[in-house]
Amino acid sequence: MTLTHYLVLAAILFAISVFGIFMNRKNVIVLLMAIELMLLAVNMNFVAFSKYLGDTAGQIFVFFILTVAAAESAIGLAILVVLFRNKRSINVEDLDSLKG
Amino acid sequence: MTLASLNLVAALPEIWLLCATSAILLIDLFIKDERRDITYALSMVTLLGAAFLTVNGFAWTPRVAFSGMFVADAMSDVLKLGMYGAVGLMLAYSRSYAADRGMYRGELFTLSLFALLGMMVMASSTNLLTLYVGLELLSLSLYALVALPRDSQPATEAAMKYFVLGALASGMLLYGMSMVYGATGSLDIHTIAAKVADGSANHTLMVFGLVFIVTGIGFKLGNVPFHMWVPDVYQGSPTAVTLLIGSAPKLAAFAFVMRLLVQGMPGLMADWQGMLIVLAVLSIGVGNLVAIAQTNLKRMLAYSTISHMGFLLLGVLAGTVQGYSAAMFYAIVYAITAVAGFGVVLLMSRQGFEAERLADLKGLAKRSPWFAWMMLFVMFSMAGIPVFVGFFAKLAVIQAIVEAQLVWLAVVAVLFSLIGAFYYLRVVKLMFMDEPSDESPIAVKLDMRILLSVNCLAMLVLGLMPNRLLVLCYQSVGHSLGVM
Repeated sequence: MTLTHYLVLAAILFAISVFGIFMNRKNVIVLLMAIELMLLAVNMNFVAFSKYLGDTAGQIFVFFILTVAAAESAIGLAILVVLFRNKRSINVEDLDSLKG
Repeated sequence: MTLASLNLVAALPEIWLLCATSAILLIDLFIKDERRDITYALSMVTLLGAAFLTVNGFAWTPRVAFSGMFVADAMSDVLKLGMYGAVGLMLAYSRSYAADRGMYRGELFTLSLFALLGMMVMASSTNLLTLYVGLELLSLSLYALVALPRDSQPATEAAMKYFVLGALASGMLLYGMSMVYGATGSLDIHTIAAKVADGSANHTLMVFGLVFIVTGIGFKLGNVPFHMWVPDVYQGSPTAVTLLIGSAPKLAAFAFVMRLLVQGMPGLMADWQGMLIVLAVLSIGVGNLVAIAQTNLKRMLAYSTISHMGFLLLGVLAGTVQGYSAAMFYAIVYAITAVAGFGVVLLMSRQGFEAERLADLKGLAKRSPWFAWMMLFVMFSMAGIPVFVGFFAKLAVIQAIVEAQLVWLAVVAVLFSLIGAFYYLRVVKLMFMDEPSDESPIAVKLDMRILLSVNCLAMLVLGLMPNRLLVLCYQSVGHSLGVM
């Protein structure tokens, strides 16, 4: 396993998550999952570079990203709950009352 | 790592703000709803204290703290003072608006203050890690603030859209940062700049990372083609939160661009300049053209923000100290103007009524001449009509890009500003020449009238004497970049 293997894997994960955000038209929860996946792809990058460079700063960054990701999903799910209470739906296509 | 290398004194305003906000968070739990003014007063005292500490610690030479992860320099200090002002005015203007809508609670104050803390960290960080943490502190507070009216459909929908696109932007930015880290082996901005300069960084990897970083910045600033969230969030959020999103974070975003691109990757300027040109031209064009078609005042101001952010990028991409200081001047002026504009919308709203449609402004001069004149000041300043400070902001940016040999960009910017003047002047026409459709009186307390008058007169006074602020911006940018 070389650095390139890890970078390609991270790039694939990142691409899947971006596709998940733009192609998904059904469910907001899938969007939240895609966002998590995106952050994990970045983490993979950081850890791979950190090991390759022999520098620990990248791994410390990963801890911060993990913590922020937890806070982010807490807020995201909280918004999702109030959204469902108001709209009775978590379908992405129903988020269309604001436009112009 | 010793205590001396932490140098906590440089970060005193941030430390004070963090401690005070945490205290307010606790104290607010024991305050009854009808005595919420105590929280308000405490928040104001916190802001004043932070402003005092910033002014007191001001020095032209940068003061480094936390072993080089944090810097308090002239640029960040000036921007921080602007942020305190914007957040303070936001809390003051939104008092009765929030009370009428059940938002006058501790969350409004503590989340705003935490957002402010995030912005301050963004303005002062010299490390990718602190930049990211500051950005997330700001964004997470803003997502929660947008969703504050829990039973409002537009607000929760706007919060969801803001959250998803904001998180996407953070993801892009992080991916770019990971590439930069891989290419240079460092998270420190100055080390990255040095590695790029001496050619030891892998150029392909750096440019690959740069693309993602610029994309992330574009999302956060709301530049076309990454602007989809801006109108929806501006329209859906409660106006008090729109005011906050539309003012102080722009100052932080300017500092963010300066730290990442100008200080972190000056060696890649040829690459990021081209990307910023595309973003700036599209923003100025699309923002001004689509704003004409809007019937909602907040949405129109959102598109106007998009075009103003394009102007801000024009200053940055000029690549000279003059250009950076013009962009900084632009950001500060825009923040003052946006606070006043949304302040008028806030104060005109009353219980059960949001003054957010353009039609609500019809005949305002007959209902309340004072309001109409204040709004006229805002619109003239945003349109860039001489005497008002918005004109000098545009002029400084255009001067900078002309001197950077980008004359065609200046021509494009001026042309679209002319088109943009149409929708600003339409607002003035609605207020002064149309008959009012709604005769109900507008009741505003005297203190808010005075505050808004001062805010609007500031645009006129700064327009008559723009030199001092221009020189301050020039010197602070020069000292922060170490070229003075």
